Amino acid sequence: MSGGIQPDQVRHFQPRAQAALKSSQIRNNFRSAMDGLMAKRQAAFEGWDLEALRDLGASIRLRALSRLPELLETLEANCVRQGIQVHWAETGDEACRIIRDLCRARGARRVIKGKSMVSEEMDLNHFLETEGIEALESDLGEYIVQLAEETPSHIIMPAIHKNTDEISELMHRTTGTDRSRDVAYLTASARQQLRDKFRSADVGISGVNFAVAETGTLCLVENEGNGRMTTTVPPCHIAVTGIEKVIEHLEDVAPLLSLLTRSATGQHITTYVNMISGPRKQAELDGPEEVHLVLVDGGRSAIYQDQELLDTLRCIRCGACMNHCPVYTRVGGHAYGTTYPGPIGKILMPHLMGLEQTRDLPSASSLCGACGEVCPVRIPIPKLLQRLRKESVDGDRMRASVVEGHGVKRRWQEALAWNGFRWLAGHPGRYRLLGWLMSRFRALVPQRVGGWSRYRTVPRPAPQTLHQLMRDRNRRQTHE
Amino acid sequence: MTDTVKLYPAKPHKVYFFATCLVDLFYPEAGMAGIQLLEREGIEVLFPQDQTCCGQPAYSSGFNDQARDVIIPQLELFPGDCPIVVPAGSCGGMIRKHYPELFAGTPWEDQARSLAARTWELTDFLLNVCHIRLEDAGEPVRVAMHTSCSARREMGVAEVGPKLLGQLEQVEVVEQARAAECCGFGGAFSVKHPEISAAMVADKAEALEAAGAETFVTTDCGCMMNIAGYAEKNRRPLRGQHILSFLWQRSQPAGEGEA
Repeated sequence: MSGGIQPDQVRHFQPRAQAALKSSQIRNNFRSAMDGLMAKRQAAFEGWDLEALRDLGASIRLRALSRLPELLETLEANCVRQGIQVHWAETGDEACRIIRDLCRARGARRVIKGKSMVSEEMDLNHFLETEGIEALESDLGEYIVQLAEETPSHIIMPAIHKNTDEISELMHRTTGTDRSRDVAYLTASARQQLRDKFRSADVGISGVNFAVAETGTLCLVENEGNGRMTTTVPPCHIAVTGIEKVIEHLEDVAPLLSLLTRSATGQHITTYVNMISGPRKQAELDGPEEVHLVLVDGGRSAIYQDQELLDTLRCIRCGACMNHCPVYTRVGGHAYGTTYPGPIGKILMPHLMGLEQTRDLPSASSLCGACGEVCPVRIPIPKLLQRLRKESVDGDRMRASVVEGHGVKRRWQEALAWNGFRWLAGHPGRYRLLGWLMSRFRALVPQRVGGWSRYRTVPRPAPQTLHQLMRDRNRRQTHE
Repeated sequence: MTDTVKLYPAKPHKVYFFATCLVDLFYPEAGMAGIQLLEREGIEVLFPQDQTCCGQPAYSSGFNDQARDVIIPQLELFPGDCPIVVPAGSCGGMIRKHYPELFAGTPWEDQARSLAARTWELTDFLLNVCHIRLEDAGEPVRVAMHTSCSARREMGVAEVGPKLLGQLEQVEVVEQARAAECCGFGGAFSVKHPEISAAMVADKAEALEAAGAETFVTTDCGCMMNIAGYAEKNRRPLRGQHILSFLWQRSQPAGEGEA
């Protein structure tokens, strides 16, 4: 992992979450944005057999993952055949260096970027900056985040944590744009500033939504046209993506896109759908001279080794899980301190960074299941959270823990508490004795129980347990 | 890949009752109401005295070993093919969805699977297996319904509570905003991340009150303890009741409703 995420940042999830909870600005911005996104998604799937479509989406992703190594080779061969140069990077750092070298080879000083979460994961912008290459984000949300020197708080809507007033103020301060509440004005102003950058950029860097193995096509969806500009205006286009984004057939794109755009923003289709299949050919009037594809592993092949954790790699990065997450909605994306926040971040980041760094993430869920219910490719997110909880306390002697940093949350105090639970609830006589003691001495039950009683009263045990009531009832009935 | 379709059994003569530790120790009246509703439907209720807890607290904290050791002695308590009914979506979900996972590849796998396949959330069982018809004997009242996340998503019974309440003529059910959103309980979550959990329950209580209900009924005692406990701590008028207690009280002729 490169420097994008400072380990300390992640470790301190709790204090950041608490600070976010106290900020009415953050609470309101996320609540209203997530409410809107949930409503849009629901409306967009109206009249669709969503469950059947999710089955299809999941099966496409599973089919692709089941043949991942082979499909990646097919992808490479077909890309190369069309003039796309393919590069393999084992780590984010390596991918950064590959991109730097490609830029250097062209003498590039200025890079324009389309939206790419993998490049966030690699912390590409900072890396290029230290190498003397300016990288400018062209997606409006990413552009705002970059102006503010922040990181994205949502994988689809990077600046969702800011409201119009905050954005207006930021643009005024950093670019001299007049203050305004008119979103169209602010957008037009950013567009104008970006337009010049597109013309002068030496290299365009984009992400990839799906890489089609059998045709060597890079599929990229976006709404602002910045993706198309990034991939066509500069003389060199570098696409960067995680190795899991490969799919088998061109036909697989349609159902996945239907799921992706509706799940993400409630759109039936995005304004732009780019299907990139190589550099400018002879007699063509536009397009880049060079196209590169950088395939980044960055910890993914380790996830791939585990039959259960593998499901994490199905993700098509729609963000629906965070839009529907009651925790994310309240603490916002920055509280997580990870590139990918929300439910998908909680199951993905422990693999990318190790459980040592992400120790508080697996438990930061009520396991309500809303994420799993909306996931367009049916990733069993709650089940994977459960798995990571087990890994973080090494809680299963029948199944070895495999995730890096496993056992980091195992504390003797908690283990002792659960051993106590086993001693009591694992034995009927002891459990009934506990019930008897609790009902008998119900007035003595403590009214302060850690974090629980800070916000709620503690219930009193009943004067008689159901065990006792049923035993008495059976005795009475036998006597009658 | 879709969750298996539920195949309801024919109405049986007998069922096993798995109380859950929360009902057993804190809310036995809810369990008793469930038992009486079943008996009124002509079903004999078997209550194995050796039952304890479903193991979920340890399991959801990642302590699978301890959870298994709590569950294993209880796997013997429900022999034959009698259904097992549970007055909680959460513990029902633990048995139905998680026992097979927890015991996969162990000597207890078959027993766990048999138990899982026979386990029903009690209101679901009353409505869809017993085809219960409720006669309302109470005064007009307005309530809101909170279906727990596990009842909704693991047991698939989101429609059941409102349908049962709908049978009661004098009961007006009001719909709160974001009804499907979690109340913030989540077992250990409420202790490990108390501030986040508190923010969630505060919103839930507010939504229930804003809907115009002073009483909410729920499928799960965990949610009830959380929401009602929050309301009590903050001196709000909101009160909670297990849906089984409510259904039993409402549908008993006057004076006979007290469990």
